[in-house]
Amino acid sequence: MRSFSLIDFVSLFAALRWTVALVVLALAFGAPLALAFATGRISRFAGLRWTMAACIQIVQSVPLLGLLFFFYFGMPMFLGIQVPALVAVTVAYTLYTAAFLGEIWRGGLEAVKQAQWEAGSCLGLSAWQQFRHIIAPQALRLSLPPTVGFLVQLIKGTSLASILGFVELARAGQVVSAATFQPLLTYALVAAIYFALCLPLTLWSRSLEARLDGSR
Amino acid sequence: MNFLPLWRYQNQLIDGAIVTLELTVIAALAGLLIGVAGAVALNGRITPLRWLVRGYIELFRNTPSLIQIFIVFFVLPNFGLKLPAFEAAAVALSLYFGAYSVEIIRAGLDSVPKNQIEAGQCLGLSGWQVFRHILLPPALRNAYPAVTSQFVLLLLGTSLASQVAADELFHVAGFIESRTYRSFEVYAVICVVYFAMAMSFKALFAIIGLAAFRWPRRR
Repeated sequence: MRSFSLIDFVSLFAALRWTVALVVLALAFGAPLALAFATGRISRFAGLRWTMAACIQIVQSVPLLGLLFFFYFGMPMFLGIQVPALVAVTVAYTLYTAAFLGEIWRGGLEAVKQAQWEAGSCLGLSAWQQFRHIIAPQALRLSLPPTVGFLVQLIKGTSLASILGFVELARAGQVVSAATFQPLLTYALVAAIYFALCLPLTLWSRSLEARLDGSR
Repeated sequence: MNFLPLWRYQNQLIDGAIVTLELTVIAALAGLLIGVAGAVALNGRITPLRWLVRGYIELFRNTPSLIQIFIVFFVLPNFGLKLPAFEAAAVALSLYFGAYSVEIIRAGLDSVPKNQIEAGQCLGLSGWQVFRHILLPPALRNAYPAVTSQFVLLLLGTSLASQVAADELFHVAGFIESRTYRSFEVYAVICVVYFAMAMSFKALFAIIGLAAFRWPRRR
């Protein structure tokens, strides 16, 4: 047993980079997929709408932990090759992000009035131009507060990667706690770091929402 | 891929699912109590109490549930409060759910226009009557969708209790995995069970919502 020292402090902050990396990966792959989900959900084709809705419903009705284990053990099985843990974890977080962001963005798209599409088509804009120049900017503004709110969910959610042995902040906390026998200090510090990451986003989300409220 | 070795563990799976449901219901009820008390405190006049509740909400909503469970299970024994795994998880999840409930319930109460309450008072209704007949029904209806979706998230979130070895469904999965080495199959089945439970609750809540909130909406 040794006491909690500077090196433990440093190792927690060093592990933080993996927490950030997971968030960045989840957003980089999840956001485009979320856009596909959101536009698929408002598509003219009923088949596409139903498929997208089913995909989202499935991902949202399974624990994130279950999703992580499913792909961690499932990917080698489906692909027949060993994949690094990071790949499996990224796939799980990507789907998680896409399902939740997709629903948020669909809400934003649907909140823009139908007449806005019609006005665009009266001006001779193509469907893509209507979406790109008229609908998307308004939807983006409406869905920004919940999107930032989801970011907080995602940051907290990356702590579950620790359970697969992925050494991000939560896992580093477990390691340090076990080495120093100082769970109080360690977990308080880990919680404080998550808090310092998430609180600014929460406050930002709230101020965005308040500003939106005033302008309508 | 072979699911057959799992068949003989169906009793363990059912027991695990029951513990998961218990954990969910306990945390939901305790969390809703915290939510009501917190919402009352937030709308109240005692400023330090308001700050306390605000601090509680921000603290629990901006840190991972997993870390909260670890703190209750591993840290509280340092202060002489040693809780078994299930109880520790129940306490941590109640506090987590409570932090979200306060905001949901307060938003529900705030959604009722003030002039309706004043109108009730003008009609000579007592404070309780105003609360019961004017404030509560629309507040419940407005908070209902958020509470139910948060409930489903709680159900899925109880899987984290497996990390302190509370014997709920996800922990049972680990047990079966260690016996059969059928990792993928076990977790695939577990995902299906969670999915079935989540969808059942969603359907149940939709039916209850339709039945309970039938009066016409104000346009």
